[in-house]
Amino acid sequence: MKKIVVALAGNPNSGKTSIFNMLTGARQHVGNYPGVTVEKKEGLCRYADHEIKFVDLPGTYSLNAYSVEELVARNFIIDEQPDVVVDIIDSSNIERNLYLATQLIEMNAPLVLAFNMSDIAERKGLRFDTEQLSRLLEAPIVYTIGNKAGGKAELLDAICKIVERPTNRHPHIVHYGDEIEEELEKIGPIVAEKERRLTEKYGPRWLALKLIEQDTDITAKVRSQDVLNAAKAGAEHLRKIFADEPEIVIADRRYGFISGACRETIKSTVESRHSTSDRIDAIVINRILGLPIFLILMYIVFLLTFKIGRYPMGWIESFFRWAGVTIADLWPAGSESAIKSLIVDGIIGGVGGVIVFLPNILLLFAAIALLEDSGYMARAAFVMDRIMHKIGLHGKSFIPMLIGFGCSVPAIMATRILENKRNRFTTIMVLPLMSCGARLTIYMLIIPAFFADKVLVGAGIFTIRTQALMLWLIYLIGIVLAVVCAKVLRLTLFRGETTPFVMELPPYRMPTGKSIAIHMWHRGWMYLRKAGTVILAISIVLWLAMTYPKPPAESLRDLDAGQARQAALKYSIVGRVGLAMEPAIEPLGFDWKIGTALIGAMAAKEVFVSQLGIVHAVGDGEGGTQNLRKQLQNSYSALTGFCIMLFCLISAPCVATVAMTRHETNSWRWAIFQFAALTALAYIITLIVFQIGELARTFFA
Amino acid sequence: MDQEYIRPLSMVGAGETVKVVKVNAGRGLNSRLAAMGLVANTEITVVSNSHTGPFVVTVKQSKVMLGKGMAHKIMVK
Repeated sequence: MKKIVVALAGNPNSGKTSIFNMLTGARQHVGNYPGVTVEKKEGLCRYADHEIKFVDLPGTYSLNAYSVEELVARNFIIDEQPDVVVDIIDSSNIERNLYLATQLIEMNAPLVLAFNMSDIAERKGLRFDTEQLSRLLEAPIVYTIGNKAGGKAELLDAICKIVERPTNRHPHIVHYGDEIEEELEKIGPIVAEKERRLTEKYGPRWLALKLIEQDTDITAKVRSQDVLNAAKAGAEHLRKIFADEPEIVIADRRYGFISGACRETIKSTVESRHSTSDRIDAIVINRILGLPIFLILMYIVFLLTFKIGRYPMGWIESFFRWAGVTIADLWPAGSESAIKSLIVDGIIGGVGGVIVFLPNILLLFAAIALLEDSGYMARAAFVMDRIMHKIGLHGKSFIPMLIGFGCSVPAIMATRILENKRNRFTTIMVLPLMSCGARLTIYMLIIPAFFADKVLVGAGIFTIRTQALMLWLIYLIGIVLAVVCAKVLRLTLFRGETTPFVMELPPYRMPTGKSIAIHMWHRGWMYLRKAGTVILAISIVLWLAMTYPKPPAESLRDLDAGQARQAALKYSIVGRVGLAMEPAIEPLGFDWKIGTALIGAMAAKEVFVSQLGIVHAVGDGEGGTQNLRKQLQNSYSALTGFCIMLFCLISAPCVATVAMTRHETNSWRWAIFQFAALTALAYIITLIVFQIGELARTFFA
Repeated sequence: MDQEYIRPLSMVGAGETVKVVKVNAGRGLNSRLAAMGLVANTEITVVSNSHTGPFVVTVKQSKVMLGKGMAHKIMVK
């Protein structure tokens, strides 16, 4: 068994990922959006006595090292010296795709060209003179259909053939014209003499070429001043001759070489006409229809994620409730074992709290995979770009923001569709301001407690009622704050140009069920393994803090069940912290009871309601909720009620959100920053609202 | 209309096919555009040019969306 390494290179949208899946059967997503593959992905395949390790390089248009992806791909080929590099080429778009191939040829990589999506090219009426083209490009050509597993054996054969019989190759095939060739011949020997170590690795011609192109990565590696001077003089000389940057002239020559090769070997039998993609685009990115179509699709995504997700979530919740009761029954009735409490309330409750998000995440990523694989995602960015740009965000930021109204956890995960780090981090930071479904339960408790549902204006169905207005106001405050915060973040922490907008609109394609399934599996597993463990750990810690220390048994003797629970919570760490922070939250109109409930709400926002019930010693259920509302009315003013909602809206995201931010930003620093900054913001805004409100009240009274 | 008249891409209407003369976008971006096929002497067709939104062109059989600012920097005839 011979072990070999094969790198897969190719343009975004060339179907590279589907070839990777075809070869390795790896659990990996097939994207249809430029730049979706940023990480390095590997997979194994056994074939004809070879153990082949495939490495999926990031999809790039070139290897000029202007982006991280390009540098990653280039360095892998140079540093790791893979036995074979397979360049996946969209055969219905040969010329643009071969640009990357010319750069691989320049690097003298052992190359196999996979002409992918050959079925589409055939339908388009393209005929290739394979033998001739293969000779001109000095690399074997194999036809593949990645999403239908076509050409797998042929591709593997070609790879093995290269490994077994390395041909003698000469890297001079792209001729850049006399002037440039002259400079290359001048600089080459100087590099070879002065930079032995680099020359050994890269070869003199390629180094000279990169130096004339003023490649920043290579230029930084060169130590010899003589080499740098020669390169500078060469570039200056060429700039004078061509009145353009040498690298652009070189790019032009590469295209010249490509079109030369294609002119003789590719015949188009069908006149190019308006494709189906063009017809769909005429409607989908239409100036008038584009936005409504986008909004309808987004509405469907939202419904799919949360409305359909509600059913499996219900099953999961009932299952864990059943599991809790069943396990609790293992102990003799009436016994209050600490281990029982830990297992039932702490661990089972915690695991349930993690798994309950899974349906949302799976459904959301199925929807996202559908949007990406079909090619619509690029159009969505196009449609929303103008509006989102004003806030300093990318058009695609809209999707996670919208999902945020359902739940921040899948929404933060959905920011993966944004490739620019600044855009992505800004979106993550402001996402918790989108009022999630869990916070709705808080508003539903508070609003009816303090605001009678009067008709303010209008009649019939066109009325504005107090309660609806309050709810609308809270959501609106969240959105306005998110916009302001995003703007501020883009001007301060995440300052910098929004990447100038150049993006390919890939042709529409029918997504395959397999690729969507792989994508869902990938994301769901990642959530459980990475974020889930952190959520579980923090929830158990919070549960411990709410349960311990327990009050001495004799102090509970004369109390009823509700009062006993109240006393126990007050005695616990959370209760004590709530009491201790009362002076700090008093200026917001809050007492220790609200403080305690707020700490509990960190586990999950809806816990605020049950915690408030406990500290006010009222029972569970609908009757309990009514009693609680009465209690709240007696204890607090309507202003305090509003301030509770305001604080819950803005402050401290729940532990699941914190864990997700930590996972997606890959640093606790950002998670803590988000937590602290939002809580500080909530404090300041609530303070201002409460103090002004109080002032107004005394003034009018 | 004079077809040889050099103007920025942003002034070209939908449906028109023009030839790239020069891209003045700064080094990194020039190179990125070149990799996507936007180099001198390439024929491109404008698919959509609305006054407010981004700009869509067809270049070498692929559809590329450009920001409005970018379309100002690409000179065509």
